[in-house]
Amino acid sequence: MAAVTSVGEAPLAVPAKRGRGMQAGRRRRLNAFRYVVFTFFALFFLLPLLAMLRFSFEGSTLGTWSASAWSQIVSYQGPPPLLSAVEISLELGVLTSVVTLALLVPTMIWIRLRVQWISRAFEFLCLLPLTIPAIVLVVGLAPVYNKIRHVELSALMLFWAYVVLALPYAYRALAAGLNAMDVKTLSEAARSLGASWFTVIFRVIAPNMWQAILNALLLSAALALGEFTIAYTLLYNNLQVELYSIDRNTPNASVIFSTSLAALIFTFLLLLIISYAGRRRRRGMR
Amino acid sequence: MEGLSRRYGEVVALDGLDLTVHAGELVALLGPSGCGKTTTLRLLAGLEDADAGQITVGGNDVTRLPASKRDMGMVFQAYSLFPHMTARQNVAFGLRLRRIGSAQRDRKALEMLELVGLASQADRYPHQLSGGQQQRVALARALAIEPQVLLLDEPLSALDAKVRAQLRDQIRRIQLDVGITTLFVTHDQEEALAISDRVGVMQDGRIEQLAPPVEVYSRPATSFVAEFVGLTNRLAGTVSGSTVTVRGRDLPLVDISTPPGPAIALVRPEAVTLASDSSGDSGPLTGTVIASTFLGATSRVTVDLGDTTIMAQLSTAEAVELPAGSRVSLTIRPDPVLVSAGAAPASEAEA
Repeated sequence: MAAVTSVGEAPLAVPAKRGRGMQAGRRRRLNAFRYVVFTFFALFFLLPLLAMLRFSFEGSTLGTWSASAWSQIVSYQGPPPLLSAVEISLELGVLTSVVTLALLVPTMIWIRLRVQWISRAFEFLCLLPLTIPAIVLVVGLAPVYNKIRHVELSALMLFWAYVVLALPYAYRALAAGLNAMDVKTLSEAARSLGASWFTVIFRVIAPNMWQAILNALLLSAALALGEFTIAYTLLYNNLQVELYSIDRNTPNASVIFSTSLAALIFTFLLLLIISYAGRRRRRGMR
Repeated sequence: MEGLSRRYGEVVALDGLDLTVHAGELVALLGPSGCGKTTTLRLLAGLEDADAGQITVGGNDVTRLPASKRDMGMVFQAYSLFPHMTARQNVAFGLRLRRIGSAQRDRKALEMLELVGLASQADRYPHQLSGGQQQRVALARALAIEPQVLLLDEPLSALDAKVRAQLRDQIRRIQLDVGITTLFVTHDQEEALAISDRVGVMQDGRIEQLAPPVEVYSRPATSFVAEFVGLTNRLAGTVSGSTVTVRGRDLPLVDISTPPGPAIALVRPEAVTLASDSSGDSGPLTGTVIASTFLGATSRVTVDLGDTTIMAQLSTAEAVELPAGSRVSLTIRPDPVLVSAGAAPASEAEA
């Protein structure tokens, strides 16, 4: 077999160069605008957070400092204990995102590959929960949950409702990922190499929408972590409901701030970890 | 592998197409977009289902087999490498699906990459490769599974002209090397003529002519083939016996059974030669140069003959001597010509 010499072509992805033609003045103005916007939004988001931080360290008399609100998070004695509510919320986050993804990823790829005509109806169905207020959902969900309670009492059962709530967000994130690649050609190439439909979905298409899957995961987990209305009205106890009841039941008002802040920091860290993992994975590919 | 025949009876895309490709042969399907050439290929690959007809490979009926079981390698028009795999992993993908051990898989993948001249890029991801390199990896990937048939669906059309020509020749060299039966779909006549053993010119879901490139060009079977492959002048003339008289010149006919009467003769630009004319008379074979297109070694000169225009292909050196506006006399070389069906009256002739 004859080796053939390489045709001297430049790689497609040349490192993007800054538009040299862009005038320095214009660039400076654009940069200034960027910093103004950034500062504005940083203040908008940071000020309330900083205020929360300050209040969470408020001592028994106004203006004094104390860490008791933070230590109380761990020592809070229910009922039910705070840590169990955190645990429930975490578990709900994991369960909701995993179930949502397990349902949506194969279904969406399958629809894209084989049953395009149904995609409009499917999109409508997935986006529907967005248009129904949670409180209205509860009206329909209550009888269902009455039945569920006969079988299982755990608040984990909330994940059924949360999967429905997470559908629109996960759908949008995954659709963006699917649109970013040539699903048809990739699947046909894999098929012609002997891949089954299962292989096409899980070894060819899904690995290429890794970033989209992470986004969907993040959104559905965040939704489950922050949900209050459905859990409260169906009389389940998750983190948000617990924060509400602590607020009502403890004399130390600072606890509400420390717990909220803890929940925020927790979600924020989760977000960082997921997006960092996604970026590292991407760099491996790039 | 004894060949491949298929019949398909569907009005829209393919109209009862028959095609046999012999073992080790490279057949190009050439035609305008929408003529059914890509459909043919996709049916062959099993990516679409035939409404009627039969596909056999080496004597086995594969018509009802899914794409994944057909044992055909395919290279697509769009870049089709899996973005999350390196070039080597891409090539090895088909082998992995066939449960071939990792050592053997790796060796084979490297061997294939060497074949397309990309062994040094084995660990690069598709986005780090140029378009031409990606298509070569795709070719290596298709060949790695040692398919019975190689299907190429306009693999070069997304590349720029220079890379296209290089890769075209490379594909032919590899195809001869490996000796694989290949079906190549293209809308670029130059591509088809350059590398194939036989060219099938398609129109409206049928093959108009299936013949070696030289024959397709010099003895087109139908007027569609004549006009699609290469440029053609349409000149009014009169058929009588085995010749057609065009502007007072007798040209032999390809098809001597053409009924006598007025007809349109299809004359290749390179059969027309021009000479500077200073005599000033205006016979049927004199005219004025109105435009000249520089094509490199040759130039195409358009001449106004009064009632029609004609294109001539000359060497650039000759064409330079005949700027726009100069009077010229024409000579038409007596190559066998084809007469267009549905002969129009002389006044409707067009160039």
